[in-house]
Amino acid sequence: MAEPLLSVRNLTTEFATERGPALAVDNVDFDVGSGEVVGMIGESGSGKSVSALSILGLLPTPPARVRAGTAFFEGQDLLRLRASELRRIRGRRIGMIFQEPMTSLNPVFQIGDQIGETLRVHEKLGREAARRRAVELLDRVGIPSAAKRLDDYPHHLSGGMRQRVMIAIALACNPRLLIADEPTTALDVTVQAQILELLRALQRDSGMAILMITHNMGVIAEFADRVVVMYAGRVAETAPVERLFDHPRHPYSQGLLDATPVLERVERRLRTIPGSLPTPTGIDPGCRFAPRCELAQDECSRARPVPVAIAPGHAAACFRTDASAQWRLA
Amino acid sequence: MATASGLFLSEQNRFLVRRLLRNRAFVVGATLVAIVLLAILLAPVLTNGEPNRLAIRMRFRPPSGDFPFGTDNLGRDMFARVLYGGRLSLEIGLWVVVLNAVFGILLGALAGYFQRLDGPLMRLADALMAFPSVLLAIGIAAALGASATTAVIALAVVYIPRTARILRASVLVVRELDYVHASRAAGANDWHILFRHVLPNCMAPLLVQLSFVFAYAVLSEAVLSFLGLGAPPTVPSWGILIAEGRSYIREAWWLTVLPGTAIAITVLGLNLLGDGLRDVLDPRMKIEQS
Repeated sequence: MAEPLLSVRNLTTEFATERGPALAVDNVDFDVGSGEVVGMIGESGSGKSVSALSILGLLPTPPARVRAGTAFFEGQDLLRLRASELRRIRGRRIGMIFQEPMTSLNPVFQIGDQIGETLRVHEKLGREAARRRAVELLDRVGIPSAAKRLDDYPHHLSGGMRQRVMIAIALACNPRLLIADEPTTALDVTVQAQILELLRALQRDSGMAILMITHNMGVIAEFADRVVVMYAGRVAETAPVERLFDHPRHPYSQGLLDATPVLERVERRLRTIPGSLPTPTGIDPGCRFAPRCELAQDECSRARPVPVAIAPGHAAACFRTDASAQWRLA
Repeated sequence: MATASGLFLSEQNRFLVRRLLRNRAFVVGATLVAIVLLAILLAPVLTNGEPNRLAIRMRFRPPSGDFPFGTDNLGRDMFARVLYGGRLSLEIGLWVVVLNAVFGILLGALAGYFQRLDGPLMRLADALMAFPSVLLAIGIAAALGASATTAVIALAVVYIPRTARILRASVLVVRELDYVHASRAAGANDWHILFRHVLPNCMAPLLVQLSFVFAYAVLSEAVLSFLGLGAPPTVPSWGILIAEGRSYIREAWWLTVLPGTAIAITVLGLNLLGDGLRDVLDPRMKIEQS
């Protein structure tokens, strides 16, 4: 297999809190291949956003601290780069879009300026050249009469439009990797679908890779090639998207799928996962999902499960993968 | 609409102007300030142009057609003296505002944006603000020797911590906003983010604060001059006029009351202007607008 575009190993990030260090990301491994769309799913606080922000050096330090790990991107370990070197990668080789399109644009500048900004920072383009590129970019993200929109202020645009502008900004320098942190969460369902479709089309055209962070199984199903399931700061399961939906092997992935409504089976009452996320300050030696897991045995709370390979590209960090194969969907 | 409005003022600015003109405090304040400024600028036309011309035989004339503000103990025309004195008072006030803007922005931005500098800078500000402001100004002016420049420096030192603190508070809020994070994720460096994204969005409270600083500076300058710590009396400022007139307050009320009224009108105007600006530029109003 070719070398992945982004290869994260043993990423460990903690936050200093009043009750001691909180492990937000605990020994996380994942890869994003060139041109691949990877979905990263997990509930709030599972460490998905923190993982992405750690890689880009965007966490406030202190309180955050990347304690260990490597993140190789195009041959460079992002976690060891100097701040100025990392800045040259952010926005140029790795683009990022955020959850809140309503507030992610600066209200006092016209959107043409804001798109041009990235180009002027990274490619040292002049004003006019940046404007011309901004028109092309707005056109690419499907904003009608792009040239006229350049002089609009953010408050002239709807949420969906603003997210398109954010995407245009992220794509300005043709990044090889786009990190999308819940890009559709704040939007209406119809607009969500449009934005996902747009991202898919842009990805096909440019061949860039996308790391899509979400808590929405529907987005994953529609969008991703491969899925990384996160739980309490650790990777629970990694699998190609069809395999995850058809043969999830980590009890937590199974729980997530059980809790997702499926149109064909409207009558079924959704199953919930009992309990809630463990606190990130507590130190427990075993599997972090064990207290909520129906399959948990003694060993689950004694030792930390390592990922077990189930099929090519499919691994689950669970001691009970044998049992979980039979257990699901009663 | 957006293209047509680009001709003169942007749509947002026109909206602001409309709101300002509908705000009574702002309109009254701006009018008062405008009248004062106009009178001071037109002083050579409105008066004989010689605030220091002595005319002993004309001494202590009450306000009349010939001398709208009367004359003082040396027969000098008080109208000319008040208008020319206002020049100095407002000039000092303006310099205090300029210094406040420059250093208030600099220190406030550094303290708010760079956490490491926040503690030291704000403790220094606390220390300066622990003194009653006029007392501190008097102390500085006395230490440096009386002159107009000294008054400017003393008043700037007194008010800069207050301005810096207000700017710092805005910077603390704005630097956590999503578009700042987005800009950082796009590879911008700290200075770029600070000057392009953070400071432009902190201007509204700063503008309001500066209008109040102007008012306080005019008032405090009068206090310093009154105490003999401001400008030398060759070109009298309002504070000096009041100090000079004080000895004759029972015989010639106009020597103190009229310069005092000039100060009061100016300060009232600036305060109303600031109030109006605050009402219109309040961040809550901004949300309503977007």
